[in-house]
Amino acid sequence: MASIDIRDIHKSYGKIEVLHGVDLTIRDGEFIVLVGPSGCGKSTLLRMIAGLEEVTGGDILIAEKRVNDLAPKDRDIAMVFQSYALYPHMSVAQNMSYSLRLRKTPRERVASAVSAAASKLGLDPFLERRPKALSGGQRQRVAMGRAIVRQPKAFLFDEPLSNLDARLREQMRAEIKKLHGELGATSIYVTHDQIEAMTLADRIVAMHGGVVQQVGSPLDLYDRPANLFVAGFIGSPGMNFIEARYQPGEGSPAARLADGTLVALPHAYALEPDTPVTLGIRPEHVVIGGEGREAAVELIEPTGFGTILHLALHGLPFKVFTTDRKVLNAGNAATISFPPQHLHLFDQEGARVGAV
Amino acid sequence: MRARPLILTLAHRLAILAYILFALFPLFWLLKVSLTPNDLLYSEGVRMWPSRTSFDHFRFVIAHSDFPLFFRNSLIVAGSTALVVTAVASLSGYALSRFAFRAKYWIVALMLLTQMFPLVMLVAPIFRLLSPLGLTNSLTGLVIVYSAFNVPFATFLMQSFFDGIPKDLEEAAKIDGATQFMAFRQIILPLTLPGIAATVGFVFTAAWSELLFALMLISGNEAATFPVGLLSFVSKFSVDFGQMMAAGVLALIPACIFFFLIQRYLVQGLTAGAVKG
Repeated sequence: MASIDIRDIHKSYGKIEVLHGVDLTIRDGEFIVLVGPSGCGKSTLLRMIAGLEEVTGGDILIAEKRVNDLAPKDRDIAMVFQSYALYPHMSVAQNMSYSLRLRKTPRERVASAVSAAASKLGLDPFLERRPKALSGGQRQRVAMGRAIVRQPKAFLFDEPLSNLDARLREQMRAEIKKLHGELGATSIYVTHDQIEAMTLADRIVAMHGGVVQQVGSPLDLYDRPANLFVAGFIGSPGMNFIEARYQPGEGSPAARLADGTLVALPHAYALEPDTPVTLGIRPEHVVIGGEGREAAVELIEPTGFGTILHLALHGLPFKVFTTDRKVLNAGNAATISFPPQHLHLFDQEGARVGAV
Repeated sequence: MRARPLILTLAHRLAILAYILFALFPLFWLLKVSLTPNDLLYSEGVRMWPSRTSFDHFRFVIAHSDFPLFFRNSLIVAGSTALVVTAVASLSGYALSRFAFRAKYWIVALMLLTQMFPLVMLVAPIFRLLSPLGLTNSLTGLVIVYSAFNVPFATFLMQSFFDGIPKDLEEAAKIDGATQFMAFRQIILPLTLPGIAATVGFVFTAAWSELLFALMLISGNEAATFPVGLLSFVSKFSVDFGQMMAAGVLALIPACIFFFLIQRYLVQGLTAGAVKG
């Protein structure tokens, strides 16, 4: 096990720069999730750590040793691919033992490592099968087994669950988390699925456009998103945004919406009066009923656990999530209000505005 | 799926049957003539099967002609060419499939260019090149020429097979601790066996039946391959069809055995990538 340091990493393909200076320190045993939409550079960063992509600028250190110029085989890391990348002409046991055999590990040690990993992953009955004869979930497990037999310095996961169906994904997610708890291995996990990110990570690294947007614990990102991108990306359904202007008021700071009405803010902000701001509130934090503003109900999506209401607020789309099954029909009007403690305020550049 | 009307199915099968008969008829004729005794060859008119068969032609060809020598020469030339070309083409095909390097575009363009000339145009220059090197009238010379002409196409063929193997597999091998070459040899090559079989088969048959260069570069029987040897049954005043056909039937045997051995891979190879595994 080891720490991983990423220092001012740049990556260019020809003239196009896809990573614009990423800094990140991953502690020994930590589970880090790189999350972001496709093309944000998260996979590229992972592949650079693995040694599969060349580093254009900056340094990567594994266990305090600079590995920029080391071949993947000399970095002592294991990786689980989205496609699993199992060797089709080898049995499960051979797939899992390939790395150890390459290292000329004594035969008994190989056998015991493989059988330990196999029993941990419930693969014992399949050791002699070829990957072709396995289900998606079993293949996924073999890919994990191949990684853990080696006891490498770090595990890299490149969207390992994307090819599984929803139920299996949920199950494997829990297994990965359990496995990490048992092995305590430094892990870097790439996904575009924010639920995976939230559930698995010790810390999430949210990326967008080749730049790290925010690093923090899952609840940090959920409760205090650093900017509009993170606010919109984390959470499902996504956060609502409303354009407004800041009104310091006299001890009762508020935001004035386009229609002139005021939304009370929890506290004062270091902003000039009348500064344009973006107000954010999560669908699950909006209160329905009581006093408030009227919005037309356009669409109702029951999810079983709760209901997602698609509203039109001042003509703009607005989502509300509620576990209350109270009947609201499309076409009806709903009264909604925004509890001040759940409001997020972003400036014109999209950065979060802190309290005074 | 709806069952097709019987009549359509019947027509379909009949069409296939007609095609197979058409394709195999010359082979049948080859066999028929080779088994017809000389005295019946011209006296019975056109018949589908002679009234009496004999193996005399075969006996003569094997025991009293140079055919065993031609056969051996052909086997050496076709076999060596297939080996050399497949070895070179699998390496170069892999390079074209996996690596980005300078002048890759131009190398591919040059290889394509070599495929554009009618071979007849090249006979004279190649003769001029090989003759001072002492490579005319030698099997080595033939192997070199055949290899040169087959490598570009075989390279493209192998490249397409390598393209069909996910890059992830090599990357996984490299992370598991393999060097580039080990990943190639232990992971990629075994998966390309169908492709290799297809390439070997293609090159082998091409070299086995090549006549033009064999005819131009080889004089005398010592280094003649079997297509050239077949011509020796044509003399100034007559063509010994019976013996020629018997030799032809014998020449089919190695190609048949060869394809029988590789057909398992071949079917895979030619359909590789057609469906997602």
